[in-house]
Amino acid sequence: MHHLQVKDLSSAYGPLTVLKGVNFTLAKGETAALIGPSGSGKSTVLRVLMGLNKPTGGEVLIDGAALDYSRPASVRAARERMAIVFQQYNLFQNMSVLRNVTIAPVKIKGRPRKEVEAEAERLLSKVGLADKHHAYPDELSGGQQQRVAIARALALRPQILLLDEVTSALDPELVNEVLDTIRGLAADGMTMLIVSHEMAFVREVATKVVMMDEGLVVEQGPPEQIFGAPKTDRAREFVGKILRH
Amino acid sequence: MLLLEAMGTTLAMTAIGCVLGFLIAFVIVFLRQTPGLWALPIRFLAICYVEVFRRIPFLVVIYLVLFFIRSIVSEVSLFTIAVVAICIYSTAYTADIIRGGFESVSRQQIEAARAMNFSRWQTLMNVIVPQSWPVILPPAVAFAISFIKDTALVSQVGVFELTFRGKELNNEGFSALLVFGTIAFLYFLMSYPLSRWGRWLEQRLASSPSQRSKQRLRPAYSP
Amino acid sequence: MNYTFQFGVAFAELPELLKGAIITFELGILAFWGGALIGLLGAALKTYGTGPLRWLAGAYVVFFTNTPALIQIYFLYFGLPELGIRWSSFTCTLIGLTLNAGAYLTEIMRAGYISVRSTEVEAAETLGMSRWQQIRYVVVPHIAKTIYPALANFFIVILVMGTSIGAIIGVDELTGQAINISTENYRWIEMFVVVAGIYVILTFIASLSLALVGRWAFRVKAKVF
Ligand SMILES: Nc1ncnc2c1ncn2[C@@H]1O[C@H](COP(=O)(O)OP(=O)(O)O)[C@@H](O)[C@H]1O
Ligand SMILES: [Mg+2]
Repeated sequence: MHHLQVKDLSSAYGPLTVLKGVNFTLAKGETAALIGPSGSGKSTVLRVLMGLNKPTGGEVLIDGAALDYSRPASVRAARERMAIVFQQYNLFQNMSVLRNVTIAPVKIKGRPRKEVEAEAERLLSKVGLADKHHAYPDELSGGQQQRVAIARALALRPQILLLDEVTSALDPELVNEVLDTIRGLAADGMTMLIVSHEMAFVREVATKVVMMDEGLVVEQGPPEQIFGAPKTDRAREFVGKILRH
Repeated sequence: MLLLEAMGTTLAMTAIGCVLGFLIAFVIVFLRQTPGLWALPIRFLAICYVEVFRRIPFLVVIYLVLFFIRSIVSEVSLFTIAVVAICIYSTAYTADIIRGGFESVSRQQIEAARAMNFSRWQTLMNVIVPQSWPVILPPAVAFAISFIKDTALVSQVGVFELTFRGKELNNEGFSALLVFGTIAFLYFLMSYPLSRWGRWLEQRLASSPSQRSKQRLRPAYSP
Repeated sequence: MNYTFQFGVAFAELPELLKGAIITFELGILAFWGGALIGLLGAALKTYGTGPLRWLAGAYVVFFTNTPALIQIYFLYFGLPELGIRWSSFTCTLIGLTLNAGAYLTEIMRAGYISVRSTEVEAAETLGMSRWQQIRYVVVPHIAKTIYPALANFFIVILVMGTSIGAIIGVDELTGQAINISTENYRWIEMFVVVAGIYVILTFIASLSLALVGRWAFRVKAKVF
């Protein structure tokens, strides 16, 4: 059984249909990369999974159980199991780093504050920010903020971590510190779905690549297949384009 | 000193009315932003309330409150009636200020909270309110301060506040120039320092949370 | 509650009330335009003036924005007769409101003056515009666009909050008419509910027209709501 299965998923912004039946699967411990040209619907897939956008059709199954996004309880369940890290970090500007990481486990899940704070400190050390607990987001660099955002997502203890172009808003010299963090997570066996334009990185860490175009998955498989011997014309064209860069 | 007592009444009814109005406005804005079809009537009522009361003179509101309350229960003090009228009016005005403040918080902040399973109320209290009160407080305070003057109208139904006391003194035979000059001066004494303080507050709140947390640590230092 | 509503009585007085509404509009429009002239001058003095003139404009604004309009009108209506000047209640309300509006409009217009950025004027200069053309095509449109929403909003405030104050010293505008009629027929609640409705309709018409004018003349997106 698949850990996460997305079946014929469709979604729209008003009259504009942006997902037209997306299919892919994710196994436990797998690091899947979602790639494709800008505007192909990658972010929308993640947003639908998190219940931020409504699906108009199709199914999402976690461990074989379907999520019904029209039911609030089901949306809550989805957000229990998955956590997302946004391109623009979206740290709460009114909270210190430590509070950003601890607020949801303490207030939403009702775990004891002491325990959560200890865990938050461990997570912050893991992303290399042990000394920044009391800083506010606007005092940190983009790379640091993004690492806090990753720690915040991990503190929710998600089964699946969704990362949406987490390095795109960063200055080039800050990209590596965030990529290192993600490498570490992959090595720990975290199940991840990563949207990324860092193709070298995708090749290195992804165990599976899902390529999207115009709201559809055009090809999926191991990175060697997608980058080395793509089966579809569309995938070949896209790979050719990015490899020329 | 009856004048001092009258000033106290003016300040007290403005303060109580505006603070209550602020709290009610807060709830109204929350209701107004309830999503979903079933909440349509609630949203409609909340919008109507704000739109209607912003378009009616305060004097008309005072008369409506007076006669409406008196027709239900006769034993209500004029002070209570004044407070209710002020509250109704300030609710309508502050609701708009609060809504503007809430809308100034970026969508992404709210989405981040929702994605972490914050309920609407938890998002409001933990993210929206802490981020928007620097935007909300200055105009809300400015409104309350400027409303001190407008409460002069409740003298019309006989509330013993500053303007009413002035009319009494005038009827007792004191020169109107002198009496109303003094009353104007006393209003000025209440309004002007408070409005200066309001402006100071606005400047202070214009800094980010991280800067404010440092200001708390070093209160003595101000450039 | 043993009170039976009789709105028929109130609606029967509609013609009288509408007469009052006309006076309300007269007061509102006259006070607004009078105040606008004062505001234009006051803002110029506060922005470009020097010495005592600038101070005077500042003192005028501070005084009138920190004391109740009602007291200012009382001062004219009850105070001035002691100096031998006797004006009707309409005149006193109009003058009081005009002076009051002038102070607020000074502040609004000053914001407009300040908002003109020198870079825009310089850009106009480099295009070879004459001084007059600069004012006509760059400065005035810019100011109008900046302050139009605030002006439109303030007109509604004057029309509603301001004019009704006249009722207290016996001007027969909308609220005054309601008081006059209610003291005779004792239908206070019905009268004031109907009057409130008239105010809502009148101001709605006013804000709608102001929004349309703003969009057409200055390409401002003024809100009706
Ligand atoms: N808030 C929005 N409103 C309307 N259309 C949107 C919105 N966000 C994205 N879209 C459209 O949806 C499509 C998919 O967007 P997105 O999922 O963000 O693509 P990607 O992340 O692959 O670049 C694009 O055509 C984009 O224009
Ligand atoms: Mg995207």
